[in-house]
Amino acid sequence: MAAVPESTPSGKSGGFLGWIDERFPLSVLWKSQVAEYYAPKNFNFWYLFGVLSLVVFANQLVTGIFLTMSYKPSSAEAFNSVEYIMRDLDWGWLIRYMHSTGASAFFIVVYLHMFRALMYGSARKPRELLWIFGCVIFLMLMAEAFMGYVLPWGNMSFWGAQVIVSLFGSLPVIGGSLVEWIRGDYVIADATLNRFFALHVAAIPLALVFLVIAHLMALHEVGSNNPDGIEIKKKKGPDGHPLDGIPFHPYYTVKDLVGIAGFLLIFCAVIFFAPTFGGLFLEAPNFDPANPLQTPPHIAPVWYFTPFYAMLRAIPSFAGTQVWGVLVMGGAIVVLFFVPWLDRSPVKSIRYRGPLYKIALAIFVVSFVTLGVCGLKPPAGIYPLLAKIGTGLYFAFFLLMPIYTKLDSYKPVPERVT
Amino acid sequence: MNEKVDLGRRRLLTAATVGTGAIGVAFAAAPFIASWEPSARAKALGAPVDVDASKLEAGQMLKVVWRGQPVYVIRRSKDIIDHLGDHNGVLADPNSDDSLQPAYIKAAGPARARNPEFWIGLAVCTHLGCSPLGAFEPNNPVQVAGADLGANWPGGFYCPCHGSKYDLSGRVFKNQPAPKNLTVPSYAISADAHVVIGVDDAAKTA
Repeated sequence: MAAVPESTPSGKSGGFLGWIDERFPLSVLWKSQVAEYYAPKNFNFWYLFGVLSLVVFANQLVTGIFLTMSYKPSSAEAFNSVEYIMRDLDWGWLIRYMHSTGASAFFIVVYLHMFRALMYGSARKPRELLWIFGCVIFLMLMAEAFMGYVLPWGNMSFWGAQVIVSLFGSLPVIGGSLVEWIRGDYVIADATLNRFFALHVAAIPLALVFLVIAHLMALHEVGSNNPDGIEIKKKKGPDGHPLDGIPFHPYYTVKDLVGIAGFLLIFCAVIFFAPTFGGLFLEAPNFDPANPLQTPPHIAPVWYFTPFYAMLRAIPSFAGTQVWGVLVMGGAIVVLFFVPWLDRSPVKSIRYRGPLYKIALAIFVVSFVTLGVCGLKPPAGIYPLLAKIGTGLYFAFFLLMPIYTKLDSYKPVPERVT
Repeated sequence: MNEKVDLGRRRLLTAATVGTGAIGVAFAAAPFIASWEPSARAKALGAPVDVDASKLEAGQMLKVVWRGQPVYVIRRSKDIIDHLGDHNGVLADPNSDDSLQPAYIKAAGPARARNPEFWIGLAVCTHLGCSPLGAFEPNNPVQVAGADLGANWPGGFYCPCHGSKYDLSGRVFKNQPAPKNLTVPSYAISADAHVVIGVDDAAKTA
């Protein structure tokens, strides 16, 4: 293997591609991962959100690189450098709005991607590790989005960072010094901004790239799930390929292009006509520079964090500490990792499940959206109660899953995809 | 070359190599982790502040800056201290359950101070961060220009921005825009009224 063969081996193309193939497995990779990766033929609308996450990720990488060329990560200059990008830099507003809208779009497509997995049992054996890689990506994405939101150094950036970093202070014993260690100062300060910048533009994106590669490798190893939740590898034709599978390229590359075009239509409409999305994608207080002496009247995170923020606020302090809310919020993410083992149903897809799972999933969606609304509103009136109920239902969906998936009735699963 | 491989010896050597390497990695990681601690500059700027409050007369106030925030030091008369617990009924959080302060301040009851004669707190309104004004005279509703402090004013602070009222322990009144009592920082106070703001125990830093 070490020596480069002198003549082109039979079966391989000659020319430039042949020259490369003798030195790098380009054709092999293309065939195994794309042209001869057999995906189930019955993918529906819900299977677009994986590729859309890749599109948004690419958008974030490219626009992010260009933003770093004009952004200055210091507490004295950050806010003004963002205003400079918006007002003075040619097309700076477009690049910045693509990045800020991309952040919200990322969470929209990732939430829908995860919902798809819950619907069709995509986390189930043999895709447990694929699901876990996905959960880690989600966790990293939350860290990435939080630190990115601090960078413009607006007043909501500052106070959001203040609130979120203070969460670690509620941990017993180590809390106080841990918070100081994260901030690098006694308040959210220049040191904090500078290190968040480093993590946001270098460390976490690098980790995300590797995690996405691992996610895709795991996917291509076990093969994609499908709306019927049937393993297509069980029925193979004489050529060794799954009878219900079609090559990813050209069939799904073309299909995905249509989905990408549709997505870009909506994405561009938001960028051009509603980049702040009524204060949901970019909050109004963030158009004021960070002011350590003036808290905004109402601190709310960006919409994609509000379900978890609502859980944090729903849990009252108990035994003299607020750590319980933090633990519940963390638990809401941790519980996701266990979904492959919590689900005990004999079938994967919602198509062949009984009413219990359908009702549970519907309640889960309603509770998640309700929590999201509660997290946006001040904790007054009906919202604290709704947030408590929502938190209970969110956890009930996961923790009672072993029970109701066992009690549920099931329809027979067909041999082949429908 | 010996055909026989001593697997036990190989395993031991592998484990020893991995173990030594891991210890090396741990040591090498220490400087990187330590680099996240507040730097010498941040420590200097956030150092505890020394205040001599012994020259204050009852009813007087000192303003000092600590970590970029204004801090009030006031001296209270014995008459004021004795009546601090009398108006708990009009306060939103008389026992400071929802407010920020060190445990020893919360334990001090209505005085919210290590030495009841001296009250020390952040001059940052818990509503929107304005600095409340001193209105120390009890039962004088017109001592702050343009504000009516109402009958039975026990003495305290008045925030000019949105009208939040606090008593002389920085405890907020009911139905005010401000949700919490004024925050009390960590501090140490000696018998001769030297205050060190930013530490729990002055002896440790001396």
